[in-house]
Amino acid sequence: MPINVLMPALSPTMTEGNIAGWMKKEGDKVSSGDLLCEIETDKATMEIESVDDGTLGKIVAPKGAENVPVNAVIGVILEEGEDASALDGWEIPEAVPVEAVEVAIPTATVAAAPAAPAAAPAPAPAAVAAPVATAPAANPGGRIFASPLARRMAEQSGLDLTAISGTGPKGRIVKVDIEAALVGGSAPQAAAAPAAPALAAVPLAAIGPYEDLQTSKMRKIIAQRLQEAKQTVPHFYLTIDCEIDALLKVRTELNGRSDDYKLSVNDFVVRASALALRKVPECNASWINYGIRQYSGVDISVAVAIDDGLVTPILRNADHKGLAALSVEMKELAGRARAKPMGLMPEEYQGGTFSISNLGMFGIKEFAAIINPPQSMILAVGAGEQRPVVKDCALAVATMMSCTLSVDHRVVDGAAGARFLGAFKGLIEDPLSMLL
Amino acid sequence: MAEKSFDVVILGGGPGGYVAAIRAAQLGLKAAVVEREHLGGICLNWGCIPTKALLRVSDIRHTLERLDEYGLSCGEVKFDLDKIVKRSRQVAGQLSKGVEFLLKKNKVPVFNGEGRLAGKGKISVSKDGKEIASLTAKYIILATGARARELPGLKADGKLVWTYKEAMVPKAIPKSLLVAGSGAIGMEFASFYSDLGAEVTVVEVLPRVLPVEDAEISAFAEKQFKRQGMTIFTGATVEALKKKGENAVSAMIKKKDGKSEQRDFERAILAVGIVGNVENIGLEQSAVKVDRGHIETGPWMQTGEPSVYAIGDVTGPPWLAHKASHEGVLCVEKIAGVEGLNPLDVSNIPGCTYCRPQVASVGLSEAAAVEKGHEVRVGRFPFIGNGKAISLGEAEGMVKTVFDAKTGELLGAHMIGTEVTELIQGYTIAKTMECTEADLMHTIFPHPTLSEMMHESVLDAYDQAIHI
Repeated sequence: MPINVLMPALSPTMTEGNIAGWMKKEGDKVSSGDLLCEIETDKATMEIESVDDGTLGKIVAPKGAENVPVNAVIGVILEEGEDASALDGWEIPEAVPVEAVEVAIPTATVAAAPAAPAAAPAPAPAAVAAPVATAPAANPGGRIFASPLARRMAEQSGLDLTAISGTGPKGRIVKVDIEAALVGGSAPQAAAAPAAPALAAVPLAAIGPYEDLQTSKMRKIIAQRLQEAKQTVPHFYLTIDCEIDALLKVRTELNGRSDDYKLSVNDFVVRASALALRKVPECNASWINYGIRQYSGVDISVAVAIDDGLVTPILRNADHKGLAALSVEMKELAGRARAKPMGLMPEEYQGGTFSISNLGMFGIKEFAAIINPPQSMILAVGAGEQRPVVKDCALAVATMMSCTLSVDHRVVDGAAGARFLGAFKGLIEDPLSMLL
Repeated sequence: MAEKSFDVVILGGGPGGYVAAIRAAQLGLKAAVVEREHLGGICLNWGCIPTKALLRVSDIRHTLERLDEYGLSCGEVKFDLDKIVKRSRQVAGQLSKGVEFLLKKNKVPVFNGEGRLAGKGKISVSKDGKEIASLTAKYIILATGARARELPGLKADGKLVWTYKEAMVPKAIPKSLLVAGSGAIGMEFASFYSDLGAEVTVVEVLPRVLPVEDAEISAFAEKQFKRQGMTIFTGATVEALKKKGENAVSAMIKKKDGKSEQRDFERAILAVGIVGNVENIGLEQSAVKVDRGHIETGPWMQTGEPSVYAIGDVTGPPWLAHKASHEGVLCVEKIAGVEGLNPLDVSNIPGCTYCRPQVASVGLSEAAAVEKGHEVRVGRFPFIGNGKAISLGEAEGMVKTVFDAKTGELLGAHMIGTEVTELIQGYTIAKTMECTEADLMHTIFPHPTLSEMMHESVLDAYDQAIHI
């Protein structure tokens, strides 16, 4: 079947584009990643790559074609084994009329997908081609709606309004949004001026050709919050290795008993974390302006990678829920988190007391995560892998999983963090104990 | 017996309830109102509206007394109290009919009777002790309002000792009148009766009259009231009221200095706060929480009982009709799943008292702002500096504004003088939109109007006032 090459939407506002030129001729072989053609918009010129292998069968929109609507067919690629006769009787389909649509720019996944196997990477872009910019894209720079007071407060505290989401009428940024942003990072000024000069030793403009990517609101919030977290929360890190052979055995056994659930290693990690927090309650706490607030409920936030960032759906009262319940709830939350548009309500991803980020499914051995304020701890979970270990003075093989706890030292000291990890390890290595 | 099911059933047809019902209907919800007495509630029938009709009369009379200042003269000004009261009742009646029409227009049925919660999602409506309807509702909104508070030793008998209700329909203007409480209700009646010739004594337990207002406004008001001939005791309490013959009450007033004094009055009005109507509506069997006579609610007016909401006076202060209406709209929109809602911000609710001089305010008083840790800039502008006020012959009053010195946020605005109740909305919009002093300074106020004082007060806070 011939594959249509469509005019891609290179920006949210793009509705049509011009063909600046074709790098391939009709009859040329193309492989995935080859540059096919150049598209020109009012803002930029972009090179379009092929994502298919085959032969460029037909150029529908030749060099110089103007005002080609987004999603109109601009060319046809013949699959291997097909020849030009496959195009006999082929008609140019009409473009599906589109309002300006956001192009899905695939990004590297940032955090872990918890229970999910690495089955769902960023979905392939709908159009055939992936844009590669050769000229700086203009910043779409829409107007920011903010109250006069919010603008002034942001200016006074060095906050970037583009990184703040508004809760006022029609998303207007109002005073409470600024206050919330200021509470999120108690030293907002640190985010602005002081650090900049040292970093700016090489002028940004001097570094090669570039493209300023269109940045989603979520990305801006992630940038702001994580920068604040890393700059204002005194992190320290504790790493522990857990042997999970027993856990894997129990998991296989439990999964064999019912089709109602399919437990993942992460489900055990969630349950063990919740029970460990119960055992070491001083770790289930936040630093607030005037001291420590210890939470009575254990609400576990689990980082879920989604297309343009990550969200942390919350398993509320996780210490009161069994493995199957946690597993089912996590799958449901993660499913809605990945839906488009994102299907979680704010209360479903705001306000946990502890976070888990699991990159095990990507083969990461161990890593240290950034705390998600106002929480005081986040557990970074690595891959379970067979490693040589010494047991009873002899070398043996065991499946090990390294976990690194990032801790806010204002709230939790080293010894308390270590007690938490000890309790966690005890539960993970003796999984039957967490069934109690 | 009628048995019907609705999306929303609202107990109480006052300014909270009927507005909620109309908004619900607009949003496509099937709504009904249960009302035990009259649509429009206290506000429309026995509060805001009929008192405005009465105060209009005392205002005109006050102007007539000063005709000579304007170069006018007329014969002796007399009044017919029956007619005055009749007009006030007629105004209330007209508006109550209006509410009835509005509900009909929006296809909201009204069940005339006493409603009470009767189990989850059920409301029983009864009249004269007999059940006349049983309603089911996905959501229930309690908007039962409030009534005058009584204190130990201070009980209204409806003859010599009045509440707002009797005070609204006097047979005669008493020669002497005691008003216990100097909040909005107390001061409006004090003004009305004083302007119609009664010797009025006001007793306020707190150190100043109109105690919720900014201290400067209270002081200004007290001076004006005294000049009008009222006797005012602040920091004082009415310890007891005793009937003395057929046409007098004897009051024991404990004054600021701790000494008690007995004084006789023809009539007394109790205006010592109000208490929510939380009885006989079936709260006992529900999870609705009641604290000191008021229903506790969350940011969306939700009560302790799932799917049961409460709005307006029954939920506590500020006891204002416009607060009730706004809460009604908010909670119905929440129920209907309208997006982008924000909880009510109490600091943006304006308050108006229609005594003479009028008082209006929104937001924090200067003292409250300082107490909250704000460094403040305060602006003041007197009526005497305003051309329109002088032309009107109403040159007594002031406009005070309080800003956060750092951010320029308008924290509060406080006004006293002619027609300030019509002006306060300007500052309320400014506050709601989160204007800073700069926006108010750049706003062009029309000349010549009283509103220019609002501009000048802001300018004064930044030492830029022109006409002072």
